Amino acid sequence: MSRIIDKTAAELAADIREGRLTSVEATTAFLDRIAAVDGTIKAFLHVDRDGALATAAEVDAAIAAGETVGPLAGVPIAIKDVVVTKGLPTTAASKILEGWIPPYDATIVERIKAAKMPILGKTNMDEFAMGSSTEYSAYFKTLNPWDTGRIPGGSGGGSAAAVAAKMAPLAIGTDTGGSIRQPGAVTGTFGAKPTYGGNSRYGLIAFSSSLDTPGPVSRNALDAALLHEVISGYDPRDSTSIDAPVPPVVEAAKTGANGDLTGVKLGVVREFESTYDDAEQGVVDAFRQSVDQLAKLGAEIVEVSCPSFAYALPTYYLIAPSEASSNLARYDGVRYGLRAGDDGKHSLEEVMSLTREAGFGPEVKRRIILGTYALSAGYVDAFYGKAQKVRTLIKQDFEKAFTQVDAIISPTTPFVAFEFGARTGDPYQMYLADLYTIPTNMYGGPGVSVPVGLSEGMPVGLQVMGPVLGDDITYRVAAALESTQDVLLADTAPELEGK
Amino acid sequence: MTKLNTFEQAVATYEPVLGLETHIELDTKTKMFCGCATTFGAEPNTQVCPVCLALPGALPVANRAAVEATIKIGLALNCTIASWTRFARKNYFYPDMPKNFQTSQYEEPLCEDGYVDVVVDGEVHRVEIERVHLEEDTGKTLHVGGTTGRIHGATESLVDYNRAGIPLVEIVTRPVPGTGALAPEVARAYTAELRDIVRSLGVSDVRMEQGSLRCDVNLSLNRPGEEWGTRTETKNVNSLRSVERAVRYEVRRQSALLDAGERIFQETRHFHEATGETSPGRSKEEATDYRYFPEPDLAVMEPSREWVEELRASLPELPRKRRERLQAEWSLGDKDMQSVVNADAVELIEATVAAGTTPSGAVKWWLGELSRRANESGEELAALAITPAQVAELQGMVDDGRLNDKLARQVIDGVLAGEGSPADVAAKRGLEVVSDTGALEAAVDEAIAANPAVADKIRGGTHAAAGVLIGAVMKATKGQADAGTVRQIILDKLS
Repeated sequence: MSRIIDKTAAELAADIREGRLTSVEATTAFLDRIAAVDGTIKAFLHVDRDGALATAAEVDAAIAAGETVGPLAGVPIAIKDVVVTKGLPTTAASKILEGWIPPYDATIVERIKAAKMPILGKTNMDEFAMGSSTEYSAYFKTLNPWDTGRIPGGSGGGSAAAVAAKMAPLAIGTDTGGSIRQPGAVTGTFGAKPTYGGNSRYGLIAFSSSLDTPGPVSRNALDAALLHEVISGYDPRDSTSIDAPVPPVVEAAKTGANGDLTGVKLGVVREFESTYDDAEQGVVDAFRQSVDQLAKLGAEIVEVSCPSFAYALPTYYLIAPSEASSNLARYDGVRYGLRAGDDGKHSLEEVMSLTREAGFGPEVKRRIILGTYALSAGYVDAFYGKAQKVRTLIKQDFEKAFTQVDAIISPTTPFVAFEFGARTGDPYQMYLADLYTIPTNMYGGPGVSVPVGLSEGMPVGLQVMGPVLGDDITYRVAAALESTQDVLLADTAPELEGK
Repeated sequence: MTKLNTFEQAVATYEPVLGLETHIELDTKTKMFCGCATTFGAEPNTQVCPVCLALPGALPVANRAAVEATIKIGLALNCTIASWTRFARKNYFYPDMPKNFQTSQYEEPLCEDGYVDVVVDGEVHRVEIERVHLEEDTGKTLHVGGTTGRIHGATESLVDYNRAGIPLVEIVTRPVPGTGALAPEVARAYTAELRDIVRSLGVSDVRMEQGSLRCDVNLSLNRPGEEWGTRTETKNVNSLRSVERAVRYEVRRQSALLDAGERIFQETRHFHEATGETSPGRSKEEATDYRYFPEPDLAVMEPSREWVEELRASLPELPRKRRERLQAEWSLGDKDMQSVVNADAVELIEATVAAGTTPSGAVKWWLGELSRRANESGEELAALAITPAQVAELQGMVDDGRLNDKLARQVIDGVLAGEGSPADVAAKRGLEVVSDTGALEAAVDEAIAANPAVADKIRGGTHAAAGVLIGAVMKATKGQADAGTVRQIILDKLS
């Protein structure tokens, strides 16, 4: 007899819709779980018990009244704190936004509310989504439910840990260079970065506008696909949003669950091979086993060449900080959030400067400085301009590869969850966590991370990358791999002691 | 401070090079990147939303009407319209700029390579347009507690974001050399022409006094045959007259410095309406690196050629064509028409004619008496407290014989003093022409009796001598008689 919190989102939705469970019961179960274990895990920055239960009661009333409800109605969800929620504190895990209550909802939050999903609260993250371990949250660290001495990945460590610890069946993450997929990989959860433009960024606190993409976090492909379809689709308030039909990801996840990949061509990137020497052996082994597994499911494995991927990481660390240096300029203490030094003794310029000094953490400052430098006169062509050219080459590598294969597979991240403090001393070692995820962001296509095994007891993820608007194939391949597991990897996480 | 040269001394030694940057607020219903209203003069911070306040997470969406208006301006200025254009971020910190970057355009403006021909002293000066681009306005800052109204010395700064995000079109000329002593007039004529063109397009109310047309005047001097000098940029010059004065002042100031062997600093200067002088603002040499880069939140724009041609076909009659038409309709010579244009009186005269008077009557008042009054008070003609309808009424009274020119000038005094319409003023001040024939005949009889020799001459056929008697009658009636009527009575009596 499984507990409510052990059910998948799809199961919960069906139970609620068909009257076997109320949304209030389901929501209460997750809120109780948060109360029991989040004191240890610290995945949430803010929990909205009353708001979640109020929505749950509305859903229950609607169902009782015989209304038709959406596919995830009544299923509670956690939202990364970089997504703006009306009336709920939103800080992007930064001191500079401490206490700010947004007067509006992000488009994806509007859609979640329209789908009648109770919002449990806001999850922890690296400040402004800059980091790969959630150690750069200005508030506290989030612990990995698999081993509380280790990081839960980042920047979306809170969303991943919340789902891994069954404090939420679903969560929203955002992915700029891997912030959904890498936490997914290291916490044994499923994470999808949709096609850039497939999901509205309106109300998503910008880190790097040309890369940021919100997406689902879940325990399996089908749950993520259901959430993907709730939040996706054209938004006239986001000029970079794509006006095209949402890829049929739910159907693809269901097809994939049949475990048949006959006729599907999957690419492995030749240029990644040389990086495997520096990756963890257990991660590489799990990847190779998955490749064999996919071949057994009928997929044809093809080597593809993407020579520019080698430059993806440095390119990213020019483009993303450049955009961030401009996007974060608005945090100046003038209109909202923290204001420091406003004592009548400091000039306006000094107040702005003191506010930013006090309000931003070390990684955010590092990237603002990096980006400001990369855009400055005399350097912009050599840094930002050159990076844009390389970005074009990376896109071309993908486009060429997708003339040969339907999807590309790789490890999600070169190493499993590391111990706290292991990489904060050397930014580059931290940045390597996103080695395999960044190319997809540079290109704009979809990528999912699906749990495929363990290395020394810690989860390992496989990444499936698709062509722009080909999100469905990534779900299909991931679901096919899940079909080979007797028990979902996410369900083998150590049971946490409630306290 | 070095003593200023006279303008004549200055242009005898140096050649000015002009450059003009003009910002025009479009009068679209909504802002450039959000749906907020753009009404002028609303309560501070009532026309704002997450986008124009730059709340975290908000995103811009470009206003198509603003893009369309900018293309129209570009077409009217003979520009090429880009087939691929995008916005860029201009990064700098200022509290009236919510995002701390301005969404503008950089290397890919919407319109490029145009020109405007302006006529000064019968000579055509072609002012080349480098670019016309679209951007957003900033908010307005009010610095409280200082003496200058500027941020230095202020104790508080209040910000109104209603203006933040209003679409702004920036029109930049190429450097304009070769205008010599006419530089101030060319600068003024260009600004007036630009204003008239934009007004004719109906995309902005281009009111300099409300800041919907703002002018930055760039000026440098060089000796003939030498390279162009270092330029200064005088900001926010807010009337046509100020444009002219700012150029004149900078020519005088810079020439004096150059004569003294000093160098000109590349700097921003402020124009002072009261004194006609400029003073230094922030120095460009220590100025901001704007770190421009393409705006990743907005899609690239690719105006289709069909759309551009549709807009070209929809352009109204432009001021130059209109002036040619009006010149013909009004039967004015080139020189007179030029005077009308220089006096910025085309619209005033057109409106006066439309109100029912003859073109010659309208031209006479606006270029004559009213221009004189405007010069005396240092105002623009259009700013005088008399409307075209009132001028038409005035001329109508002259045509009817109720006023003569001398009385009409006194009526103008009253209208400008706010005493009401010309009819009101004439009635209140008792300025009507004496049309009582009995009274006039009595006055004529008196004049004949007082000047028997003159009367004899007229009787003898020398009608020109009637002038003496007319003068006497006018004197007797304090000018309130119609000279023509008086003359007729005299001739009737003496023939």
